[in-house]
Amino acid sequence: MAVAEQSVQAVTRPSLWQRAWGGLAVLFASKIAVIGLIIVLFWIVVAILAPVLTPYSSTAQDYKAQNSPPSAAHILGTDDLGRDIWSRLIYGARVVLVMLPVGEHFWLPVGTAIWGVLLGLLIGSTLGLMGGYLGGWIDEVVMRLLDAMMAFPVILLYMIIIAAVGASATNVVLAIAIVGTPGIARLVRSLALDIRTRDYIRAAELRGENPFYIMFIEILPNARGPIIIDAMLRVGYAIFAMGTLGFLGLGLPPPSPDWGSMVAAGRRYILSGSPWAAIWPSLAIASLVVGLNLLADGLREESLRYQ
Amino acid sequence: MTPTQRDQAPILRIENVAISYETRYGDVEAVREVSFEVCRATTFGLVGESGCGKSTVAFGIVDFLGPNGKIAGGSIKFQGRELVGRSQKELRLIRGDQISMVYQDPMQALNPSVTLGDQLTEVLTVHRGISQADAWKKSIAMLERVYMPDAANVMRRYPHQISGGQQQRVVIAMALLTNPALLIMDEPTTALDVTVEAVVLDLIEDLKRDFDTAIVYITHDLGVVARVCNEVGVMYAGEMVESGPVGAIFDDPKHPYTQGLMRCVPRLGATKESSRLYPIRGRVPAPKDRPKGACIFAPRCDYATDRCYQERPAVREIASSHNVRCFYAEEISAGDWKPSEGLVPDLTPAAEPESQKPILAVKDLRTFYAQESKSILSLVGLGKKRYVKAVNGVSVEVQSGETLGIVGESGCGKSTLAKTIVGLESPTEGQAEFLGFDISVPVSRRDKKLIQELQMVFQNPDSTMNPSYTVGQQIGRPLQHFKTVPSDQVRGEVIRLLNAVRLDGSYYDRLPRQLSGGEKQRVGIARAFASRPELVLCDEPVSALDVSVQAAVLNLLLEIQRQYHTTMLFIAHDLSVVRFFSDYVAVMYLGHVVEFGPAEAIYAPPYHPYTEALLSAVPIPDPEAEQKHIRLEGTVPSALNPPSGCVFHTRCPRRSMLADGGRVCESEVPPWHYNTEKHRIFCHIPLEELRKMEPVVTTG
Repeated sequence: MAVAEQSVQAVTRPSLWQRAWGGLAVLFASKIAVIGLIIVLFWIVVAILAPVLTPYSSTAQDYKAQNSPPSAAHILGTDDLGRDIWSRLIYGARVVLVMLPVGEHFWLPVGTAIWGVLLGLLIGSTLGLMGGYLGGWIDEVVMRLLDAMMAFPVILLYMIIIAAVGASATNVVLAIAIVGTPGIARLVRSLALDIRTRDYIRAAELRGENPFYIMFIEILPNARGPIIIDAMLRVGYAIFAMGTLGFLGLGLPPPSPDWGSMVAAGRRYILSGSPWAAIWPSLAIASLVVGLNLLADGLREESLRYQ
Repeated sequence: MTPTQRDQAPILRIENVAISYETRYGDVEAVREVSFEVCRATTFGLVGESGCGKSTVAFGIVDFLGPNGKIAGGSIKFQGRELVGRSQKELRLIRGDQISMVYQDPMQALNPSVTLGDQLTEVLTVHRGISQADAWKKSIAMLERVYMPDAANVMRRYPHQISGGQQQRVVIAMALLTNPALLIMDEPTTALDVTVEAVVLDLIEDLKRDFDTAIVYITHDLGVVARVCNEVGVMYAGEMVESGPVGAIFDDPKHPYTQGLMRCVPRLGATKESSRLYPIRGRVPAPKDRPKGACIFAPRCDYATDRCYQERPAVREIASSHNVRCFYAEEISAGDWKPSEGLVPDLTPAAEPESQKPILAVKDLRTFYAQESKSILSLVGLGKKRYVKAVNGVSVEVQSGETLGIVGESGCGKSTLAKTIVGLESPTEGQAEFLGFDISVPVSRRDKKLIQELQMVFQNPDSTMNPSYTVGQQIGRPLQHFKTVPSDQVRGEVIRLLNAVRLDGSYYDRLPRQLSGGEKQRVGIARAFASRPELVLCDEPVSALDVSVQAAVLNLLLEIQRQYHTTMLFIAHDLSVVRFFSDYVAVMYLGHVVEFGPAEAIYAPPYHPYTEALLSAVPIPDPEAEQKHIRLEGTVPSALNPPSGCVFHTRCPRRSMLADGGRVCESEVPPWHYNTEKHRIFCHIPLEELRKMEPVVTTG
């Protein structure tokens, strides 16, 4: 074997753990991403451990302590019906980040915002891949459809969808998916347009592989970097949208601890000296969105640093 | 060089320079202990393969190392003044006026949104402070010096409106406007076609005579070095292993790496035997694997001893100004070298095939690309359609077990021909038959069994593999898809294929980013041969690889072909690469085959005039070889509007050989002249005249 190129050491494919650790190493190299991660993890942990972290339930009302400021008994104060704000915040975080209530007694893990983005990824990626790889009239039709959807102002689109199908967690998931699809589809389409010029796609076509194999198995895994970062940003947008819908009264029905409706309810008491019911949920929404943005930004910056 | 010139101080003196880059994992040393000097009116060639650090040295001279590069040690003296450690402001003033640089890709060196005239005058108005009008006149004069036709008009054009060769001339003109003392050229002809490269090299030689500039010429092509350089420095893995006058380096290379390089460079030999390529075993060490206390070439050296692994050789002067970094330089002689066992495959031709029916027959094939017209009428479908006539009437036949080499420059249609045969494009007209089946339909409409028999090896090793899957998965995919072996034997078959391409089984679990360019290309070859195809099309499989790796991959292709009795179609842009293993060669120009025949017939007269020009343009890595000097005028015409009659008539240097002065070339399509039964030439010039041609290359 005179011409075999000797390798310096025998290297095998890194295991799943090693690859995950390598991905996390990129994350930890960026200070911005770490700050974002801390914020997001804080909310996730707090949401998961909600029953442990507070003695109150999110709906227990106390008429003797309405609109009270932060105190030893209520860390963040109470709202106009005497409900503990801290409890409502962390139970509200549950619905957004950790569990999706489907129907009365059944719930799925992973929160509403994340389900919405995942569903949007599914539909958007499919449309984007088809448009980018197949091209031709399919591309034209898909793009025009998406253009039509993007012509609506985002909040208006949300309102139309929720007003049409009613306010429940699963409908919010649907709305998030529909609103997020055009953006994701455009991103995936541009990535597919670039990747399909590569020789390994030619090689796959030469084998006579069918187009769906090429799209989902050859192209999609190579586009995962930008898609993941975009998805993180979209979770932030989704949370923001849920807050807005709640504020407008189209969120989860009361007495569900929806952050947006908490702000709407507490808005009336700001000038009369009890801003707590409005401030804390606003800060919660803001911090979560900023945390996700920082995480996405930090990852993007770090992955491009040594290009 | 006169003694007085030599006595003057060198324009550029580099001593023990070390350059390193910061990465996420720490500092990486790209270049270490490089020393050389360049005097006036001398061209110093810096030769090496990719990753050896030659461009890094050039960028280090002008401090273009990027935000994470730094000169870690040594000194760079320009005209006696130290450059290392100067501020950006001082360097900028020195650079633009006295040091100029010419880059590889002229399209990236020129600003696409500024006219050429403005870019040229900017150099003078900024550095010399003269008026715009004066600068304009001087720029036109310089353009004429670089033989730019219609210089005054070119000043008003934008870069995209002139051809690649002309752009490179403009860049060279820009570099020479300030009459710099030092000119650095970083692979200026690599991105150009062979015939255009020949013209630009002629220009550089002319300019050397007229200007007194010291030139540092960076390249990986030994042929170009032999033509243009006076002195040569050979770099390997960040170190300078040998340097000296060009004649000495080519006649009597002392360092084993230089000797190995000479043996693996393709040359236009007279016979197949003399054009054999012997690869250098092993691979270039990555920057982090370079030992500090040992000879860097020892793992790949045929003469390495224990001393080479323990001690780092210093640079010694062997003969006058011929320096080598090797302990045993005096004892090693290139002439005594014998190839080791199994280094090259047997070149004896396989037995004659029993059946004479060709495995692939293409008749009058035409592939046109419709060009989208921008007129309003074409929106409605009524506009006049224009076509890029990429392949315009090609007929070839390939017998089973043979290798056909298709050679031509960019734009000749060879890639389109390959794509049409393989089914990635649909032919507009003509017939194509493979194994008796019609293949004038795209891949999606071909039978799976037929697809299995026709596979391809691609040009670019970096994009030939999917970065998200392991080597084993990618080679195994065709096996699973075509069901060539039962699913439980797939892994075993993949390991067998890996061994066939000289890679061991540990590569099964590696990802493409852990492989070098040569290894990726081998995996690509393994993947193509996985389904045991009857015909494999290789689309410039080695042009993106280093010279030493090229030899290994070409030999590998030969071996695998013999092992599996495959027919091969090999596409290349350079006649020297196809020399040693093609049985037949087809030369293409602007969508036509202009000459077709057995390999020996193509490289010896009679030639088609285009073949003759191609052969005389290829730079030969031998300063003593005599090569005819035939240059083509003008540029390749656009395939949208190919010339009438013979498509080559606009540039043909032998047109005047005809009795009527070449008028028939313009009006009539040329006939095929059959020199022998299998050798044909597509030309109006009568065969007796063509037979009187002299051979293009005569080695000394």
